[in-house]
Amino acid sequence: MNPSSLTRLDDFTWRIEPSGRMRVPGVLYANEALVGAMDDKVREQLVNVASLPGIVQAAYVMPDAHWGYGFPIGGVAAFDADRGGVVSAGGVGFDISCGVRCLHTGLKRDDLPSLQSRLADELYRHIPAGVGSRGRIHLDEAGMEAMLAGGAEWAVAPGWGRPADLERIEERGRMTDPRPEAVSDKAKRRQRDEMGTLGSGNHYLEVQEVETLHDRATAEAFGLAEGDVVVFIHCGSRGLGHQVGTEFLRAMTLAAPEHGLELPDRELACAPIRSELGQTYLGAMRAAINCALANRQILTQLTREVFAELCPSADLRLLFDVSHNTCKVEEHVIDGQPRRLYVHRKGATRAFGPGHPDLPDAYREVGQPVLIGGSMGTASHVLAGNRQAGIQAFASACHGAGRAMSRRRALKSWQGRQLIDELRGRGILVRSPSSKGVAEEAPGAYKDVDAVVDAAEAAGLARRVAWLLPRVCIKG
Amino acid sequence: MWSHFPHGADIGIRGTGATPAEAFEQAALAMTAVITVPARVRCRKPVTVSCRAPDCELLLVDWLNALVYEMATRKMLFGRYRVELDGLSLVGTAWGEAIDIGRHRPAVEIKGATYTELAVRKVRPGRWYAQCVVDV
Repeated sequence: MNPSSLTRLDDFTWRIEPSGRMRVPGVLYANEALVGAMDDKVREQLVNVASLPGIVQAAYVMPDAHWGYGFPIGGVAAFDADRGGVVSAGGVGFDISCGVRCLHTGLKRDDLPSLQSRLADELYRHIPAGVGSRGRIHLDEAGMEAMLAGGAEWAVAPGWGRPADLERIEERGRMTDPRPEAVSDKAKRRQRDEMGTLGSGNHYLEVQEVETLHDRATAEAFGLAEGDVVVFIHCGSRGLGHQVGTEFLRAMTLAAPEHGLELPDRELACAPIRSELGQTYLGAMRAAINCALANRQILTQLTREVFAELCPSADLRLLFDVSHNTCKVEEHVIDGQPRRLYVHRKGATRAFGPGHPDLPDAYREVGQPVLIGGSMGTASHVLAGNRQAGIQAFASACHGAGRAMSRRRALKSWQGRQLIDELRGRGILVRSPSSKGVAEEAPGAYKDVDAVVDAAEAAGLARRVAWLLPRVCIKG
Repeated sequence: MWSHFPHGADIGIRGTGATPAEAFEQAALAMTAVITVPARVRCRKPVTVSCRAPDCELLLVDWLNALVYEMATRKMLFGRYRVELDGLSLVGTAWGEAIDIGRHRPAVEIKGATYTELAVRKVRPGRWYAQCVVDV
């Protein structure tokens, strides 16, 4: 994207002035180099989102934005139901509530050398990952309904976690107002054997070390110290979320004319929040969020089992769990007035600032942990929400590096086996059923996550707390 | 004939053939090739799917998503496809086998076929293509 086609508000904020169909401006948070590297499709998609009915304030993209489906990935948009606002299946995406959680382990850097190789092997053996994998749980009809209604709470009750985990998950582990009956039989069938599975693509489980602290006071509140060993888990709602996304995208596309919606792109598929279809989607999507929360909860417990076996002194406490692909009802102050808005985040992280009432007590003074995953060989980051972020982009921040290169080009540039050997040379052990999958996810195929995070901080979206490096990576 | 085309985060699949039905078959093969080398899949067991859509582009997405569903729930991969079109109704058969991680070395799961770069077109008489981006 050519930065000169945008209005530069400051070094990290750019604006597309409203024109034509646009109801609000488009706002991009990134430095000039990141904007320049973005696909022109990001601009086109941002303009399309800014044209949807009931959109409030602006359509935003985060520094890691790239070409998505209808909405750009890294996009944030809020809609007001009282002003004809819409909910969009494309604005949430296929992998509903895909997200990241971070676990303390109680171990330090010095504990790793004797453990690293066995941890890699045992985690790979114990965590179902990749195409065709099945979880340990088989859900019958009643179990499925309970899981979709209960989220991580459902998982913790029979022992897939600890009650204290729930405090450290957005929505306290359970999305309210789910409608399991709005989830199709096909979506449920697809999930029956997939609870507690990691998936494939960019999903992973990593053991990492805290390398550098940027904000010691906040790090202390998060329980992080230099040299700490932590676990990052990145995955989502698996087959169920994908099926829900697929079905509602189709239904919303077909129903658009009867809702009086002209869609410049079919994947902007949306429905008025106050329509029957809009409400049904919201109920199904909330159930899918619960599926993702339950899935990450089960994976957490599987991870605990491995650590307990190999290192009984380890204590895996949940730092936090964030979701990236959601639409949530939140209160935000617009022009001095509090309003209830339907905030879509597609590849963006909620980043509530200090004092927000929805934060757990332990983090209320410092703001929400914002977990930014890397890509195998690259760093991850822990950030914290700013007070200012409540005003910018409805308290949102980036979610990862964002791809810089297509899978096809990555396959031409790297070979999986070579990459695994190279990473081993750098002290990073990768375990994956697919060397092709590893090549597609090569660290070099992603943007520089450090540059993305620097831009997010400079734009005031969130502040850097800790920088982490991978030591073990389980890829699906 | 099938091919892939680049997309920022995911991957585009394209099938070409003498008829729309052949283009649909080849597009499905292109989707298999995102996951594994199609020749590695033994075409032992047939699975039949049917779908109906208001236009041929949505029909392509429905066909591919029906296959994604069958792959996911049966834990199978498919290496050969046969499509019969009757207007905007499709009956398709996919032949394949249970996933064998060691032999298939599957790279990635397909989450779903999307409407991005979606097209079903006649290039010239007797030459059709069918394409879209799949989310992985």
